[in-house]
Amino acid sequence: MREQRLLGLNGDEAAAYAIKQVNPDVVAAYPITPQTIIVERFSEYVADGLVDTEFVAVESEHSAMSCCIGAAAAGARAFTATAANGLALMWEMLYIAASLRLPIVMAVVNRALSAPINIHNDHSDSMGARDSGWIQIYCENSQEVYDACVEAWRIGEHLDVQLPVMVCLDGFTLSHTMENVQTLSDEAVREFVGERPYIKVQGHLGEAEFRLDPENPLTMGPLDLYDFYFEHKMHQVEAMEKALKAMPQVDEEYAELSGRGYQLLHPYEMEDAEVALIGLGSTMGTVRYVVDRLRRRGVKAGMMKMRVFRPFPAEQLIELLKDVEVVGVLDKAMSFGAPGGPLYEELRTIFYDAGRQPLIVDYVYGLGGRDTPPRLIEEAFEGLMEAKRRGEVVERLNFLGVRW
Amino acid sequence: MSAAITLKEAVKWPDLLASGHRLCAGCAEPIIARLVLKVRRGATMATTATGCLEVATTIFPYSAWRIPWIHTAFENAAATASGIEAAWRAMRRRGRGPLAKYEILDVIAFAGDGGTYDIGLQALSGALERGHDFTYVLVDNEAYMNTGIQRSGGTPYCAWTTTSPAGTVIPGKREWKKPIDEIVIAHEIPYVATVSPAYPLDVMRKARSAFEVEGPAFLHALAPCCRGWRFPPSKTIEVAKLAVETCFFPLWECRVEDGRPLYKLSPPSLAIAKRPERKKPVEEYLRVQGRFRHLFRPKRREDLIDNIQRWVDRRWGMLLEKAGL
Amino acid sequence: MTEAKPGWRELPFGAVPYKPSLEYHTGDWGVERPDFDLEKCTRCTLCHFYCPEGAIGFDAGYPEVDLRFCKGCGICANECPVEAIRMVRKG
Repeated sequence: MREQRLLGLNGDEAAAYAIKQVNPDVVAAYPITPQTIIVERFSEYVADGLVDTEFVAVESEHSAMSCCIGAAAAGARAFTATAANGLALMWEMLYIAASLRLPIVMAVVNRALSAPINIHNDHSDSMGARDSGWIQIYCENSQEVYDACVEAWRIGEHLDVQLPVMVCLDGFTLSHTMENVQTLSDEAVREFVGERPYIKVQGHLGEAEFRLDPENPLTMGPLDLYDFYFEHKMHQVEAMEKALKAMPQVDEEYAELSGRGYQLLHPYEMEDAEVALIGLGSTMGTVRYVVDRLRRRGVKAGMMKMRVFRPFPAEQLIELLKDVEVVGVLDKAMSFGAPGGPLYEELRTIFYDAGRQPLIVDYVYGLGGRDTPPRLIEEAFEGLMEAKRRGEVVERLNFLGVRW
Repeated sequence: MSAAITLKEAVKWPDLLASGHRLCAGCAEPIIARLVLKVRRGATMATTATGCLEVATTIFPYSAWRIPWIHTAFENAAATASGIEAAWRAMRRRGRGPLAKYEILDVIAFAGDGGTYDIGLQALSGALERGHDFTYVLVDNEAYMNTGIQRSGGTPYCAWTTTSPAGTVIPGKREWKKPIDEIVIAHEIPYVATVSPAYPLDVMRKARSAFEVEGPAFLHALAPCCRGWRFPPSKTIEVAKLAVETCFFPLWECRVEDGRPLYKLSPPSLAIAKRPERKKPVEEYLRVQGRFRHLFRPKRREDLIDNIQRWVDRRWGMLLEKAGL
Repeated sequence: MTEAKPGWRELPFGAVPYKPSLEYHTGDWGVERPDFDLEKCTRCTLCHFYCPEGAIGFDAGYPEVDLRFCKGCGICANECPVEAIRMVRKG
């Protein structure tokens, strides 16, 4: 384990600091609340010569992602950061970045989507992008933001993966809240991320590294019709499957370096849990606190923190949740017109033919930054215990913390 | 140097857009692309906005591009090019990374009128303002040809398109062609020029100048489209020439020096400036194109033809003033 | 007969095209081709630059058309300054 330095950083600063240490070739970004601190801090690093990154202050998020795509296609390491409407404006390019297999890293500072306009946290932005082909890591605290912003490069650039990575952190709750963060030295980070590797491909003019190379030209982003497009989508299907295996490898290496071990899923008090909440992001800190409280009262409560939502660790979830009697899903996004929030739908789907499954209840919560205090989490647990007593779920879809 | 380019020499230079592409017979776009690419200085990369040039040259599993090439989307050719240029710039500065060894890299963005006048204007403006060292080639066929001839901001007044049809009440497009060159020049970039495939040497010399300047360069190429403009495929160059000879699309270049735009007419247009009697009436240009047929049949629309002539004259007069002529 | 297309595992990574367009012949698109009168031809090379296909070369010192790619548009014949090209039926 390498020596670490304790810094007081908010989530945005933790992201910016990690990216400073990675020192990518290109950062292209456009400011949007609550991501602004990332670009501001990074601009300072550039201005002070602490990085030699080419910082491109683009005129929109669409161009931010387009610029990252151009840079990554040219062989560079490229980073951007955004939130909410900025992510929505990038939408088209998210799919293109992933389909072109460019391992860009992006911090998404989760914020509610307009309208009405709202600057506070929920997951409607990144959840909407869940089908775009990006890997998605959700962070609970600034430490996780820092660590994920270092690890993301190795995950995305893994030769079995070659996909872009979103590091999601909750707006304000994380982005603007100062916490203690253990940081590695610049050298340790640079050693860990190394140089970007390139895959060899057989192009139309011969073998080439997968990048725009004047000496071995490739064509990227061709017109792909019904006779080939489907096959190319299979490559993305496969890459996501492989990412499920590659991520634990990177996590393991990172644990050796930092002493902090990450997994796809972080179970808490799950060994004998009868009721459990599953969810993503900073709320899981509150859930942990409530679980402890309930445990003291003799309630067999547990928590499943999902760190990685894409790829969806289905097998692991089944294994870890199959013996729980009732699972409550914390969805910080609503899929309007759907049976429930995105995490709920996917969790229920994987259990349909799992043989053994818990009762599953959805709790949509926190939309637009609505506060989620321990009392609300307890309310959810009470619902789970009620379902356990009755042996059935009365209301599958619940809205936690809304006024009626 | 650009002055050294001659047809005799250039005929020997390789074509970097290969045969076997599937653009229509008689299409002006590959003519322009071939000419521009012939004069690249060394390492070259191109991005192409969604459009005819992009789709017809890269139908999987085939590609006609002999340089590294990428298509990402429609409205962002300038932003994609910004990223390529930024990657190169970063690697150069650091002295590491695969592009570090290239002292020169010609980064080209090809985009059509839709991708430039309309949906891509913001990305273009941003890239010009930031001053990336790249060459933007506007291949202007004056409508969304790839989707079936819909009007764009680059479509001229009165032109028939499928979304500005010549009806019994409205005679084609009601708006004038957007003055894109002035918009670009207002960004005070070092080099802007208009080019026509009818004048290959002029295209190649200007493309070389565009590559050589430091910072953004903009080439506005008129690309007559036989399908969309409704003329036989053999007439592409003839139509392109008429656009210049009528001063509908004059040829010039503009360098910004000490913050001042310095316009210079190119030989075909300079000849007209010197001998104004050589300037052909715009009707000669309109007549050969089916998209303007409703100006002549079933009855001649003198009023509209006059409007167009006045537009041409006014803009030509303004250009002469700017060029100090 | 249609050529069997590769399965997804056989296709190159990243959806990069793996065949040069030179393997795709567009010569059967049109019905006409240029016929050069080499007596008249001044070797001005304009037809090379005007050809949308890049199908007219001067490697031999005089114009030659690659019929694998000529789409028969007729630009070369229309533009030849000395009328040394006329379009004739292919085949």
